[in-house]
Amino acid sequence: MKTDIILAGVGGQGILSIATVIGNAAVRQGLYLKQAEVHGMSQRGGDVQSNLRLSDSLIYSDLIPYGKADLVISIEPMESLRYLPMLSPTGWVVTNTTPFINIPNYPKEDVLMQTIDKLPRKIAIDADKIAKEAGSARSANMVILGAATPFLNMDFSEIERSVAEIFGKKGENIVNLNLKCLQLGREFAININK
Amino acid sequence: MQKLLLGDEAIAQGALDAGISGVYAYPGTPSTEITEYIQHSAQAAEGNVHRQWSANEKTAMEAAVGMSYAGKRALVCMKHVGMNVAADSFMNVAITGANGGLVILAADDPSMHSSQNEQDSRYFGKFAFTPVFEPATQQEAYDMTRAAFDFSEKYGVPVLMRVTTRLAHSRSGVKTFEARKQNELHLPKNPKQFILLPAIARKQYAQLLEKQPAIINASENSPFNQYFDGEDKSLGIIASGIGFNYLMENYKDGKCPHPVLKISQYPLPISLIRKLTQECSRILVIEEGYPLIEEQLRGLLDNTLKINGRLDNVLPRMGELNPNLVAKALGMDAMMDVCIPDIVAARPPALCVGCPHIDSYNALNEAIAKYGQGRVFSDIGCYTLGALPPYNAIYTCVDMGASITMAKGAADAGLKPTVAVIGDSTFTHSGMTSLLDCVIEKTNITVMILDNSTTGMTGGQDSHAFGRLENICLGLGVEKEHIRILKPLKPQHAVNTQIIAQELEYNGVSVIIPTRECIQTMARRMKAPKQAQD
Repeated sequence: MKTDIILAGVGGQGILSIATVIGNAAVRQGLYLKQAEVHGMSQRGGDVQSNLRLSDSLIYSDLIPYGKADLVISIEPMESLRYLPMLSPTGWVVTNTTPFINIPNYPKEDVLMQTIDKLPRKIAIDADKIAKEAGSARSANMVILGAATPFLNMDFSEIERSVAEIFGKKGENIVNLNLKCLQLGREFAININK
Repeated sequence: MQKLLLGDEAIAQGALDAGISGVYAYPGTPSTEITEYIQHSAQAAEGNVHRQWSANEKTAMEAAVGMSYAGKRALVCMKHVGMNVAADSFMNVAITGANGGLVILAADDPSMHSSQNEQDSRYFGKFAFTPVFEPATQQEAYDMTRAAFDFSEKYGVPVLMRVTTRLAHSRSGVKTFEARKQNELHLPKNPKQFILLPAIARKQYAQLLEKQPAIINASENSPFNQYFDGEDKSLGIIASGIGFNYLMENYKDGKCPHPVLKISQYPLPISLIRKLTQECSRILVIEEGYPLIEEQLRGLLDNTLKINGRLDNVLPRMGELNPNLVAKALGMDAMMDVCIPDIVAARPPALCVGCPHIDSYNALNEAIAKYGQGRVFSDIGCYTLGALPPYNAIYTCVDMGASITMAKGAADAGLKPTVAVIGDSTFTHSGMTSLLDCVIEKTNITVMILDNSTTGMTGGQDSHAFGRLENICLGLGVEKEHIRILKPLKPQHAVNTQIIAQELEYNGVSVIIPTRECIQTMARRMKAPKQAQD
């Protein structure tokens, strides 16, 4: 078993908390893991990505080869497309549809959404809206993670357990909100695929 | 015990478990997280390990050398270009040798993700006759850091550890082992060891050269330099550091049919290389950074062996490696065509919304417009982003502290007015001596010290300049009436522009200090008490 994931977003959007949850679950199950992150200059509002690799056998490279990623998980719609060259021909894109516009030449939203619609295997989810309705606007990344869980080759309960562990310090209320967002994201992805 | 650690964190934990008594560093991507990890470590606090930031890489290196002199183990960390700042100390501590274990960590940044060049620190090791350890994995980063301290004490030499961005900032499971106790204070056996008077230095240098065969022998028998035999001898592969990972990624379960020599410890293991070249008709060299191994293999005349690598473009001459580039070099089908859909726009890094530098640049741009372009010399930090639209405010960024001294040189040449833009932390790193040069000569220069009270670009580390800038400038001899403090905020724009315009007119040294806290550190500070309430 091997799952290669590109996590994408804009500096400051919190892609690393998604990585932390998946990583926590992977390590508990005794999987090998490598996770290359971006620090430094690019974090200042630039595009950021993380290569997250999970496997039941030894992983050599910290970087995923082009065309080999099983999954692109993106907190930002345009950023999901930046990593298409990384995606394998059978890979899935799970992306937020709420844009983060901090550049003057951001593409027209309808054209952007049409491009995403044309992708053969994708989950496009308005994570910001769902998180807000659930009462936790800051948990959009958990909605997206939830939508990605059907593709992770991992028991959902393991992901839930990791969310509980990682947010545990912040109290039961925060844990429950994040678990709710996770569940809503997952349901969206499963229903849309029916 | 297995922990999920960044390469940087594995080095930090390795150093703590090796019994260091101090870490010395100036923040710099991709090395920053090593010192930060130690600063947040309960183990370090319990052991009273020194872990405050230094003013710059040279002061860091010298303090670490002092700790080694006193018999304790010290780690000093920097990004690759920090090695240039610390080079005076580094080259000479090679001659004195170490007493307590001394490990110098240089984090290189091939492809210049966050740097102004991609220099390869392994050359510093060769230059100084200092052994270099280059881990390929997070586990090796931990193991080799521990081994490097033992090596340093066994041979009485400092050890240079070299990592690159990809390992520094990638996380993986690391097995850690029981920590070793810190050393007791003990002075060097030879009281003259650290006195580099020429007569003594000659002896010390001769001793360093005499040690080389033993150090090369150690490389040849190092567990970190491994020879993997392979059936297909039409090709032999030398892979150093993380180049080894990219090689093995291309073979199922890491089963490469060719003989492979993995190199992680230098000086180069000559007999292992000889064995490979005798067995194989062609050699491929895969190394992250400059072609250091390849150049030595080829030699001056390059007529003995069939060698492929970065020098014949089988691998690209510059930039970071990846699995695909290595696959292509191995003659495999590799996807090289990276086409991102046209609709995706570039999203370069930018100054944060609400950043004080924005207000400083807006005022400066307006005040200097009438003089024309090309008069603003800048430096290394977030404010270097002022080079990009919409600001287009600066014309240089060369090295830490160069803004003031380059502006001085241009003023000496007759350019009028000249402005230097430097951050508070960069100023105390390397700008103070530059300003002194200007004061001595009463250079016609306006220095703007953008004081956001932090080392911003690397994530908000404490700045040595905090609360001291005005007094430092006064102490260096800047006239009190030409030290102007501004509040870089939108409502102050007209006033700020006017003050800058006045100082541009002044024929002498002016220092303008726009002071407002970094928006990122402020947000973090505001959030901190709230979290505590949760």
